[in-house]
Amino acid sequence: MFERLKAMLVKEFIQALRDPRMRFILFVIPVFQTVVFGYAVNTDVRHVKTAVYDLDNSPESRDLTAQFVRSGYFDVTEYVQNDSRVRELMDRSAVKAVIRMNGGFGESLRAGRSTPLQVILDGTDSNTAGIVLNYIAQIAARYSGRLQVAQTARRVGLPPVPGGVALNSRAWFNENLESRNFYVPAVIANIVLIITMLLSSMAVVREKEIGTMEQIIVTPISRTEFILGKTFPFVLIGFVDVALITAVAYFWFDVPIRGSLTLLFGATALFLMSSLGFGLFISTISQTQQQAMMSAFFFIFPAMLLSGFAFPIENMPESVQWLTFLNPLRYYIIIIRGVFLKGIGMDILWPQLAALAILGFLILSFAVNRFRKTLS
Amino acid sequence: MKLQRIRAVAKKEFLHVFRDPRSLGLGIAMPMILLFLFGYALTLDVDRVPLVVWDQSATPASRDFISRFTGSRYFALRSHADGYREIERAIDRRDALIAVVIPVDFAGRVGSGRGAEVQVIVDGSDSNTATFALGYAEAAALSYSRDIAVKTARRSGASPSPPLLDVRPRVWFNSDMISKNYIFPGLIAVIMMVITALLTSLTVAREWETGTMEQLISTPLTGPELIIGKLIPYFAIGILDLVLSVIVGEFVFGIPLRGSLALLFGMSALFLAGALSLGMLISITTRNQRMASQIAIVTTMLPAFLLSGFIFPIDNMPLVIRAITHIITARYFVVILRGIYLKDVGLNVLWGEACFLAAFAALVIFLSIRKFRKKIV
Repeated sequence: MFERLKAMLVKEFIQALRDPRMRFILFVIPVFQTVVFGYAVNTDVRHVKTAVYDLDNSPESRDLTAQFVRSGYFDVTEYVQNDSRVRELMDRSAVKAVIRMNGGFGESLRAGRSTPLQVILDGTDSNTAGIVLNYIAQIAARYSGRLQVAQTARRVGLPPVPGGVALNSRAWFNENLESRNFYVPAVIANIVLIITMLLSSMAVVREKEIGTMEQIIVTPISRTEFILGKTFPFVLIGFVDVALITAVAYFWFDVPIRGSLTLLFGATALFLMSSLGFGLFISTISQTQQQAMMSAFFFIFPAMLLSGFAFPIENMPESVQWLTFLNPLRYYIIIIRGVFLKGIGMDILWPQLAALAILGFLILSFAVNRFRKTLS
Repeated sequence: MKLQRIRAVAKKEFLHVFRDPRSLGLGIAMPMILLFLFGYALTLDVDRVPLVVWDQSATPASRDFISRFTGSRYFALRSHADGYREIERAIDRRDALIAVVIPVDFAGRVGSGRGAEVQVIVDGSDSNTATFALGYAEAAALSYSRDIAVKTARRSGASPSPPLLDVRPRVWFNSDMISKNYIFPGLIAVIMMVITALLTSLTVAREWETGTMEQLISTPLTGPELIIGKLIPYFAIGILDLVLSVIVGEFVFGIPLRGSLALLFGMSALFLAGALSLGMLISITTRNQRMASQIAIVTTMLPAFLLSGFIFPIDNMPLVIRAITHIITARYFVVILRGIYLKDVGLNVLWGEACFLAAFAALVIFLSIRKFRKKIV
């Protein structure tokens, strides 16, 4: 048995790695993708392009503008003078926010009256707009508070005591709230899914399509040996890719790895069961490589978008949330992020690991069963 | 180039597509299913952030403060903790994303006007949600503080002073800040980019692999005729997809379409020409279905998703990556669709994107024709 399996494996490895272009796709592209996408996946809202529409041009209005610039969240790219220019900048998406101070702004502030600060936001990207609005409100509140303190002090001679509640906030796991740390580990999961599932789904179909399947059927090789031979190279390739990409994330992007690598690779093994199982299943329902690729794509694309990678699962409608329980990528991403950022272990991640194991086992055994039938 | 021969190839390719229910499914059913599923499921709105509270004060004052959190739709109280260990556990398990720790002397300090410090711990791993949650918490604390100030001022007989700066935001284009309005137009672009490239990426390679290319070679057909003829049916499918997408957006999800429909379809035609030809070029250069599919997916799926500005803003990327995004046509299409859908902008704003799309399409078609060899190798 081992001899035949060995022969099969040798054949498969040769087939997968013979073509230099294929080697390139398998090992260079994933690394390249990680580097490019690692730079791309950044939703930090900093350096928001802002126009200032200052109709007052008083010390106060200039001071407030300076506060915005100094916060680091706003880049003032232009001082506008009329409404039509505002419209134009917003239409072209040249700025995301316009801060408008009307005439008499400074005077009104000096008199201690409540003064409007108009803000125009591009709501197209609702998320960014929400965060920007938050920043503006905080800067305005701080400025306003400081001014009030100074004015009261001048009037009464004593600074008033701030009697309210101050928040002392701390972010765990990702102290500077860098979005890259959140996304890069999950990019690994996406790439591994695409590579292993696509390849395994096409490997078997290829034999069918070019007719070599019949040759294999007449050999004494058993089905188990055949399936093992077909999937094992991809398990290995999957592991190599995970290792390569993890190295890129750690050394190139400085994403911290706080947990255990053993756990990461253990989870990868469980995850590969699902991804290869699906690949194998697809190869049983497809006759041509084209069909296999389409079907794989039909699985991969929703799996990526409904994995919690970019869109939080908690915000999805409940029915879709239930659907995501069937998505192996969902669990794998939670584990990868947990290992990278939180440094948590088996004691907390066991439900995800168990889910991956069960899902993988079910899919794989289902696919193998179906596969036997189509083969005979 | 003869129109008659182009028509013959187009007809043959139409038959290919229509006879194979799976490619028809991929071309029409799949984009619709994806659009429905994602349009329904994907939102970036942050609300009901799971919250855990450790109330060491346990007084009416602290409960009032907590109610500022639990009363808003932005937070959902999950549990009460009794120490940092429990908070740690809740956050590790993702039962909570934010924790509020109220000190023992909260009521005393607030009551006497000395000011209290409340600790907020947030799970920063999802920085986006964390930023939002902190902003909401900040706002809740601010409104509480203001109420306290007003109350103390009343008690001492003084009139409470309003905050000096009164921020009046006006949100343009998407005034209710509904993330669906933002996601949906981008989604059309991403789905179309992937589907179209996949559709065409295998057509020529399949002819080579199954040997039918030899038959085509023996006909008087020229390269440009073959390529253009093969593109036509997929172009028709692409336009049909767009019509269906617009209908779904309008009637199912209520996405406002403010701009001109004619402009939308004109731009889409440019985009489709480029995206379809890209698949064709891949197919011509690889002559191998497995390779073609791999390359099509590598060059379209993840880039369209990650480099198009669909979710991850291009402005945030470093210069080199920004340069790369210029060859991802979905990038322009995302801007165009969002512009037409939400901003009602016309060609005077979008001409740059239109030029890029046209240039890209022309270049890729030119390359495909150049690369195509009517020879058996």
